[in-house]
Amino acid sequence: MASFNLYSRGDRIFGWTNAVLLGLFVLSTLYPFIYVLAVSVSSGAAVTAGRVTLWPVDITLAAYDRVLSDRMFWIAYGNTFIYTFGGTLMSLAIMIPGAYALSRKRLRGRTFFNLAIAFTLWFHAGMIPFFLNMRDLGLLDSRFGIIIGFAANAFNVILLRNFFEAVPKSFEEAAKMDGASELQLLWKVFIPLSKPAIVTVALFCIVSRWNGYFWAMVLLRGEEKIPLQVYLKRVIVDLNSNDEFASSLLTARYSFETVTSAIMIASIIPVLIIYPYAQKYFTKGILLGGVKE
Amino acid sequence: MKHNLRESLHDFWEDLRRDWQLYLLLAPTVIWFALFLYKPMYGLLIAFKDFSIFRGIEGSAWVGFANFAELFQNDMFVRAFWNTITISGLGLIFAFPVPIILALMFNEVQSAAARRWAQTVVYLPHFISVVIVAGIVINFLSPSTGVVNLLLKGLGFEPVYFLTQPEWFRPVFIGSSIWKEAGFESIVYLAAIAGVSPTLYESARVDGASRWQMMWRITLPCILPTIIIMLIIRIGNLVEVGFEYIILLYRPSTYETADVVSTFIYRTGLQGTQYDLATAAGLFNAVIAFVLVYSANRISRKVSSTSLW
Repeated sequence: MASFNLYSRGDRIFGWTNAVLLGLFVLSTLYPFIYVLAVSVSSGAAVTAGRVTLWPVDITLAAYDRVLSDRMFWIAYGNTFIYTFGGTLMSLAIMIPGAYALSRKRLRGRTFFNLAIAFTLWFHAGMIPFFLNMRDLGLLDSRFGIIIGFAANAFNVILLRNFFEAVPKSFEEAAKMDGASELQLLWKVFIPLSKPAIVTVALFCIVSRWNGYFWAMVLLRGEEKIPLQVYLKRVIVDLNSNDEFASSLLTARYSFETVTSAIMIASIIPVLIIYPYAQKYFTKGILLGGVKE
Repeated sequence: MKHNLRESLHDFWEDLRRDWQLYLLLAPTVIWFALFLYKPMYGLLIAFKDFSIFRGIEGSAWVGFANFAELFQNDMFVRAFWNTITISGLGLIFAFPVPIILALMFNEVQSAAARRWAQTVVYLPHFISVVIVAGIVINFLSPSTGVVNLLLKGLGFEPVYFLTQPEWFRPVFIGSSIWKEAGFESIVYLAAIAGVSPTLYESARVDGASRWQMMWRITLPCILPTIIIMLIIRIGNLVEVGFEYIILLYRPSTYETADVVSTFIYRTGLQGTQYDLATAAGLFNAVIAFVLVYSANRISRKVSSTSLW
């Protein structure tokens, strides 16, 4: 469309209206982030007095001081790193070999396994049977339980499988001539050729691990095991209705709002760091996974 | 051609011998799915039992459909069921069209750089956890310091307690869900728009069509199959609502409009340990979900094949 330079007046008005409306949507997406950032670096007194709406007032890092000196914050942060990296590695270690095997057309029972995996997209036992199963397996209140219990899912296996299926036969045949085993074939030919798909799945895992809170909240009892999102939930949601806690935070320097905002910003930063990659690969992944099957 | 059982058994062993390495690679995936997704399905039996955690699944007595009968007489469950349908239905009306409109608007932005920037911003909330989104909503709507109530006060209104009033729960939930996901969901429609043939626009241009007309008469009809498929998928997911987000936002004073089947299961089962009743509720929901998704897929297959014509 860029080749048409001659726009009528109506078209120009249309273009401008569109730009303005879209601009408003973009700003309203951005505004909550700016607001939280502004609150986190403002003084508690200014926020309590309702003087912060867009720009920071009485700039101070007191809220960050308070957050970063909380031992629980660091424990939870560390746990999230363990779950994110451990969980993602576990996911890749399980799903890549499995998806590779399923991508081999000659594999007997392939249709059955594919169907059995796809069926879990449609039907799952639900919250309580899953919980009781974790309990029976002795995986309650266990770090390993969090890492293994959510390591695979049908969507990612199908995405990887589709990608492996699309690897040209010629690569495989050349390696087979050299007498490579299946594991060597996977490691030396398929994984290097499928980097985009693997990075996509890894990013899916990283983001869902970083952001997941529900099962960690349900399965973990020990304070020293909870991830950041559960910690966040306790501070932001559970304590919000607890006025005693809120008022205990109320000093001139920081308040409940500035402290919770500082925690939110601190937990968003790693997401912002991987966001450029995540955006690129997620876009591809959604389309790859969505188009086929 | 296999002639008899013995030969096919022989073939089978031959295949196993030839491909043992592949089966070894497949094993962890199969074991994982069996252990974490299929084994719990056996636990669904407790929906038909008077389950006691001490006696276990086998040891608990069968009660037939008693748990379901109890469920359908439970006002809280019935309310949760209708809330689920209502919240999903409202989402269908208000949230579903937003990514389509966004994609159409992105498509009309002439500067590629501006478009990339705008997309980068609106995709971002998708990557933020629901806990943070709930935190932002709570801070935003706070009656004393929240920016929304500051604005209301500035205009001379009384502050509104958005999160404790049942009539405000659904607008807040759906509005913030749109904020979180609409941008990212527009990706599917943008991909469909990218597939529209440029010659359609060129010939429309020659005929003197305006951009508005081209959007309505070319872009929109061309992405209609995608819209219909997404709509069908959405209807298929009618009984699935974002309960992880609801748990963070609702409170006893808003249960009457906010409590859905999944949050009901969470409270009765995981917080209240009435495992059998909660499993029955989960099974009821899962069966409805399965039927909806299955028929949605059937319809979608029909639509997407006939829509080619």
